Amino acid sequence: MFTHPLPWYVAGPLIGLMVPAMLLLGNKPFGISSNLRHLCAALAPCRIEFFSHDWKRLGSWNLTFLLGIFVGAVTASRFAPPLIVAVSPQTMTALHQLGLHDLTGLAPREIFGWASLLTIQGFASMVVGGFLVGFGAAYAGGCTSGHAIAGLADRQPASLLAVGGFFAGGLAGTHFVLPLLLR
Amino acid sequence: MALLPYFLLGGLFGVVVVEAEVVSWFRIQEMFRFDAFHMYGVIASAVMTAAISLLVIKRAGLREADGTPLSLAPKTLDTGVRYVAGGAIFGLGWALTGACPGPLVALVGAGVPAMLVAIVSALGGTWTYGRLRPRLPH
Repeated sequence: MFTHPLPWYVAGPLIGLMVPAMLLLGNKPFGISSNLRHLCAALAPCRIEFFSHDWKRLGSWNLTFLLGIFVGAVTASRFAPPLIVAVSPQTMTALHQLGLHDLTGLAPREIFGWASLLTIQGFASMVVGGFLVGFGAAYAGGCTSGHAIAGLADRQPASLLAVGGFFAGGLAGTHFVLPLLLR
Repeated sequence: MALLPYFLLGGLFGVVVVEAEVVSWFRIQEMFRFDAFHMYGVIASAVMTAAISLLVIKRAGLREADGTPLSLAPKTLDTGVRYVAGGAIFGLGWALTGACPGPLVALVGAGVPAMLVAIVSALGGTWTYGRLRPRLPH
């Protein structure tokens, strides 16, 4: 039987190896959020210049990678699901104090369920949060994979700025916005 | 172009991010509260591994069949506004959803189907950026 989580010193290097693997396969840059742009180009280009690229030629490999992520996640959760994420006791206490009771699963069921969509917490977390992720990644020209992993590894100054932004926004969201939403 | 290797690579990535709980909202909370090393360990060792691999590829002078060196295209810095502002907006969303784009897709597959709403919303966010792009500072 396998214990969760997979240790960071196994997971991190495997994630890092995506960068050379994609270069060796086809000189492609590791970066997941480009897929959001490709999907917009496929579904609703609306003559917007940002979506006028040939998404099939430029994005098939990356959309295929994304499909692989989905299938990999389905397989992992079927055979070895992380049922309870054993976060540190301090985090548990803080989340209890914010009013969350059920801390099982990969995300709190009190927020991330269909029934919660019309609550303030659910709407802010899924609808607003998702929108900000999509808008911010496109504006910054990359997300955690393209900037925080590939870009930092390549020592690109733009990626360092972006990762600084990710953390500034994430800290503000966690320490200022979330307490307002949950209380 | 052969797509199967990208599918398999994605599959490995999907398994790893679920099993290491990188996709978990709880782990993201723990990270932004500085309560554990796990997420920092994952990110730092991923960056180190990728950095060493890039150096090896560069030193070995690996190229495509047509002679193009294997490398990541440098991001133009411009004023840097887009990276700081876009990054902060992304970070706020990352804290709220508890997931970045890859994990959003993984979560739908790993038992949080309502995350599909966040994916549709993320597409709306990217579309809105595309629409406003000519008027935003970069």
